[in-house]
Amino acid sequence: MTLYDQLPALVVAVLLFTAPIAYMLRMHGFPWAAATAAVVTSFIVACSLAATAIGGETIIYEMGGWPAPYGIVLHIDALSALMAMLITGASSAALIFGAKSLADEVGEETAPAFFAAWLLCTAGLVGMVITGDAFNIFVFMEISSLSTYVLISAGPDRRALISTYRYIVMGTVGATFYLIGVGFLYMVTGTLNTADLGARVGQVEDIRLVLVAAGFVSVGLAVKAAVFPLHSWMPNAYTFAPNAVTVFIAAASTKVSLYVLIRVDYAIFQNSIANHEVQLTLFLVPLGVMALFAGSLLAIYEKNLKRLLAYSSVSQIGYIALGIAMTSVAGLTGAIVHMFNHGLIKGGMFMAVACLALRYRTVNVANLAGAGKAMPWTMAAFVMGGLGLIGVPLTPGFISKWYLVLAALEKGWLGALLVAVILISSLLAVIYVWKVIEVAYFREPRANAVPVTEEAPMVMLIPTWIVVLTGIWFALDTSVSVGLASIAAKTLLGVAL
Amino acid sequence: MMTIVFSLFLLTMLVIVAVAILRTENLFTAVMLSGIFSLIMAANFFVLDAADVALTEAVIGAGISTVLFLGALALTAEYDRSPPVGTWVPLLTSSALGGVIIFATFQAPRLGDPSAIVHQHVAPWYLEKTPELIDVPNVVTAVLASFRGYDTLGEVFVVFTACIGVMALLGRVRPRRDSIKEGEFKKATDNLRHHLIPRVVGKMLVPFIVLFGLYVQFHGDFGPGGGFQAGALVAAGVILYSLVEGGVRGRELVPEWFSSVLVALGAFTYTSVGVASMLMGGRFLDYSVLAHDPVHGQHLGILVIEAGVGMTVAGVMITIFHAFSRRGIR
Repeated sequence: MTLYDQLPALVVAVLLFTAPIAYMLRMHGFPWAAATAAVVTSFIVACSLAATAIGGETIIYEMGGWPAPYGIVLHIDALSALMAMLITGASSAALIFGAKSLADEVGEETAPAFFAAWLLCTAGLVGMVITGDAFNIFVFMEISSLSTYVLISAGPDRRALISTYRYIVMGTVGATFYLIGVGFLYMVTGTLNTADLGARVGQVEDIRLVLVAAGFVSVGLAVKAAVFPLHSWMPNAYTFAPNAVTVFIAAASTKVSLYVLIRVDYAIFQNSIANHEVQLTLFLVPLGVMALFAGSLLAIYEKNLKRLLAYSSVSQIGYIALGIAMTSVAGLTGAIVHMFNHGLIKGGMFMAVACLALRYRTVNVANLAGAGKAMPWTMAAFVMGGLGLIGVPLTPGFISKWYLVLAALEKGWLGALLVAVILISSLLAVIYVWKVIEVAYFREPRANAVPVTEEAPMVMLIPTWIVVLTGIWFALDTSVSVGLASIAAKTLLGVAL
Repeated sequence: MMTIVFSLFLLTMLVIVAVAILRTENLFTAVMLSGIFSLIMAANFFVLDAADVALTEAVIGAGISTVLFLGALALTAEYDRSPPVGTWVPLLTSSALGGVIIFATFQAPRLGDPSAIVHQHVAPWYLEKTPELIDVPNVVTAVLASFRGYDTLGEVFVVFTACIGVMALLGRVRPRRDSIKEGEFKKATDNLRHHLIPRVVGKMLVPFIVLFGLYVQFHGDFGPGGGFQAGALVAAGVILYSLVEGGVRGRELVPEWFSSVLVALGAFTYTSVGVASMLMGGRFLDYSVLAHDPVHGQHLGILVIEAGVGMTVAGVMITIFHAFSRRGIR
């Protein structure tokens, strides 16, 4: 076998191989360096997989050499490749960006465990998106969840522990629901391979167990994806995690649960349950619409900048849920592109927030007065991200909203209503982004405040701007992001490419 | 017939114990009852002919979890003092959830029905092909270690991650000195030294437990067992030694640095087998390429990865136990 044939396994194997090494070798600076090297390698491999997948090709890699459905296979198509690129890219960017801030926040003694957890988290998330096995998804979900708890609890504030505890409870409920659903599916089909499940679920005579399984899987994944109103674990988890960790998990982690939701619903249930479109619409459209409004409103009234962005994520996840619920090529393309684009936007914004936090020692919006003058580059990056959240043309957010609006217009009067909802929530996004801009640019710092005169260090600014510019790149040249997403959408819906 | 009566008895006991756990406010009682719960569960698995699972449940659920719970209890308090919250909504939610599951299981195939779909698809293939492809009598081992070896690799990393998590919590946060009472755990760890009978009997048991662990480790291909159970058994032996001889002596026997390195080393061993099979021209975790003969390669691969599993599991249990016992004494 050539190296090229081994790439699908390498994308996750390199991370799993490095994690124990990073944990065992307790040299100064080594864990960070090893983690960064492994994650960047994995990112390069993911990019080369995407290059194959963009031709519409699906790569099957048999783990242990055993064919499906007896063994576990990796199943990498356009959707998997796009997600793998997002996860490893976000992980690399956050690690490089956080080189200094993580060293301060984590400390020498706990660094090996922390960076091993970081590697495991990346491996868990990548493992979930490349596998073609429903139970294997659960195994890697466990790895990613447990390691995310470790990463969040490393936050400097003691409240990080309470937030982690809440997340553990909710995350475990979500994962257990998923497992119960997969158990029922195994009971009626005798297989765990996703493709095989898709073929065999349709042959089940009595659909009752399948329906219950679909319910458990969907609700469990909605909890893990922080779909409103199951988002309660998420804002505080983002707020109290170390800044670089927030960048990574905000960009990648909830998206992976949405990915699994798409994969399971479309690859397994779509063809086998009659009227599955209606069920999906009834489940996700109300939740999506509620998420758009509730998330935006909570963001408008929020004083802590990190939590504000977290609530904004709740509303942005609403867009993705709407796109998934439309069961059309345009809707699904919009949802998938928005997963990718929102990852880029939010990653960049949380990087800017980390820069602000470094100099201002606080992330309260009210205390950031004068940041526009003191830290022009950082605030410019933040504004670029904000424009993306609103969906202004020439930002990545515009592309995904464009596809969502196109998809909604296909749906008649309900679609017109959804377009109105999307527009109103974009206006709400203007309000919460403006709230920050107004304070940062137009308000004078308080007289008794310690003046901030220094811009963030270059080691943080450059990665931030690379992410921001990548976002603009994907807004101008959509051949990769929309290209992969539309192939993915067509494959999932069984439309000819 | 006997099986049905026995199952009914076990399941009834299970419900009674579960309700008792919910109702008690004494956490010590709850911990003990949950140990009993696990033991009944293990018996249940055994009745269902799942000997591997039963062994794991008995060692981990009834044995080691109970000790770890007690350790956690020693660091906090004995009584549940959380104020009663509105119990109606959770009760309704759980009842509805239980109702849905019961509703679904009416459609489930009868227990042990050979014509059930689960027994018709991949299972016959495993039974038929295992002697030819892997040649080990215990098909469960063949499925876990080879056919679905990638899942097992994932599980080992779950255990590794859990260890990192517990150590991050217990190793880092320094509590105020007065916040820890001289808990029961201190008694459990150190004062057993002054109880002659448990000490003598316990010490006599340790070598046998460890020996049985090694037997389960290397006999996993032939009978119930394997790395998970063996690791837990060896750890149980070390923990028993620490309990009767005191935490300090326990940490002299297996130093903390050693047990925590063991966790990573086990995961590393497992992944290395995968990488080695890649380097030798096979796919990740394809043990067939490890030796000239594919079946020998499978044997070799399974032997090494089971050793990795055992190292990680034993390491995790001992590390977590030490972390608790050290904090209980401080």
